[in-house]
Amino acid sequence: MFALIDCNAFFVSCERVFQPHLEKKPVIVLSSNDGCAISRSCEAKALGIPMGAPFFKIRDIVEKHNVHVFSANFSLYGDISSRVMEVLKAFSPTLEVYSIDEAFLDLSMLSHNKLFAYGCHIKKIVKKWTGIPVSVGIGPTKTLAKVANSIAKKHPLGCYALLTPEKTETLLGQISLQDIWGIGSRWSKKLNALNLTTALDLAQADPRWIRKAFNIVLAKTALELKGKACLSIGETTPPKKSLISSRSFGIPLTTFEDLREAISFHASSLAHRLRIEGHKTSLLSITVRTNPFDKKGRFYSNTHLIPLSSPSQDNTTLIKAATLALEKVYREHLSYKKVGVMALNLSPENQVNPSLFTERKGQEHSLRRREILKSIDHLNYRYGKGSLIFASEGVKVSWQPKSSWKSPSFTQNWKQLPEVS
Amino acid sequence: MSQAKIRKRKPGAGRKPSPIPTKAIRLPLPLVQKLQELQNGKNLDALYRVDIGEIFTGKVSTALRSPFFESRVQAGFPSPADEFSEGSLDLNDYLIHHKAATFFVRVTGDSMKNVGIFPGDLLIVDRSLPPTNGKVVIAVLNGEMTVKRLEKEKNRVLLCAENADYPDIVVTEEDSFSTWGVVTNVIHSLI
Repeated sequence: MFALIDCNAFFVSCERVFQPHLEKKPVIVLSSNDGCAISRSCEAKALGIPMGAPFFKIRDIVEKHNVHVFSANFSLYGDISSRVMEVLKAFSPTLEVYSIDEAFLDLSMLSHNKLFAYGCHIKKIVKKWTGIPVSVGIGPTKTLAKVANSIAKKHPLGCYALLTPEKTETLLGQISLQDIWGIGSRWSKKLNALNLTTALDLAQADPRWIRKAFNIVLAKTALELKGKACLSIGETTPPKKSLISSRSFGIPLTTFEDLREAISFHASSLAHRLRIEGHKTSLLSITVRTNPFDKKGRFYSNTHLIPLSSPSQDNTTLIKAATLALEKVYREHLSYKKVGVMALNLSPENQVNPSLFTERKGQEHSLRRREILKSIDHLNYRYGKGSLIFASEGVKVSWQPKSSWKSPSFTQNWKQLPEVS
Repeated sequence: MSQAKIRKRKPGAGRKPSPIPTKAIRLPLPLVQKLQELQNGKNLDALYRVDIGEIFTGKVSTALRSPFFESRVQAGFPSPADEFSEGSLDLNDYLIHHKAATFFVRVTGDSMKNVGIFPGDLLIVDRSLPPTNGKVVIAVLNGEMTVKRLEKEKNRVLLCAENADYPDIVVTEEDSFSTWGVVTNVIHSLI
């Protein structure tokens, strides 16, 4: 038996934990650069704000109905997410973090008659400990747990268990194929053409035929709908192979100096994240592009890879390399909308062999560098992110993305803690 | 910016990958024997299995603390002090018992000064604890967060200040009210 735990309107719920006056009011969270609505409270959904709606299109609704708008505060959401997962860990020996707001639990150790109560208990404890409301769907396979979760979302108790084959059959008969996990709109169209419209149709089709006519992935989905578990819980997520830092600009940039500041900022933030995660990178990739929706200007996009002489997590090394790469891709007289830096070929920091050409003196130097970087990280932790920066990152930050309604870093910054009187 | 050329790996060469991530460590011989017995008896799983008997009371902590093998011995004798090591003291251990449910909040008013909570102080709040009678809690009253002592009487709830200038608040049925968390500690700076 599997459970899928899904946080309800996760980003909105995170904002509400520290701003309880938002409870029962319409709230939306916008994607980076204040582009589209990416999380909506049920009150906002009821006003007819669709998922992914561009902000300029829903401005009228927002103003008319006093919808509370927030810019995405991903570092806050990340912290709350890790708390939710930490709580969930206690409920099962195997947990798969599926996304920032979803996780699968293996509940095979429980007897069937206890599952529903257990699910309700999970919901209650997560809400109490973290303040985040979740829905719990339970089923004999991951795919059916996902189906159960979509019903739990509408269920008053927020928990639903799909336990008997009869119940499953009735339900699947009412669900269209494109709402099933892993079936995209393209496949569902193809299946519809073959007279398969509901999830039940697929469950009752011959899996061997599906495998031949389509592929093994869809055949597995069909078996899963039948109640035969084909997907197990990925116990350990594979270690990260790359890290990326990129953002759209609030206003387009044209000069090399401005772009260099943005690139340096991203390189610097990558170096910081590499140190936090205990990794080093040996290959950087930088990307620049203009706005693809701008009809007047020419669209330009380019990427340049630059290998490092030895794996590094040092801001200076990464900034230097990224600047070199920028020189290769920069073209004059263009309005750039976005740049990004990606760290590839990650390796654990303690397993890196010093390069052939690093001498003893170089090693001492690198130890000293490490101490300096540690101090920088410490100061930025103590006095808030961005307190101490590299000069090449610039101080104007005219290129920072729009983030007009961002909430404080309630759990990451000593100066922005929630206040009580 | 040069990179050493690496010769292509022969398929199937080298040590076979282990199903679980491994790490080479130095262990005292008797322990190695113990571990091998465990592994041969296919009992290795037991080492990784989590006991879910004590879920709700147990401390949620990711770090597994091990008092063994503190010094990495490269050559010579291990430090005799290792045997008596108790680790160093960590304030997080002392102050935080449910990491996932613990939050910090900053005090702005002086309504609780008689119990030693002053403006600017830091409160450690544990959401997982039950808000029982007499506890200092963070309450949410009509959408506002406030720190007060919780008094539950027969058929009413009071939020009491610890300062004569502030009257007790009686929570009525019209109020929207909930407790956000229980305050476990105050951190007050004396400098």
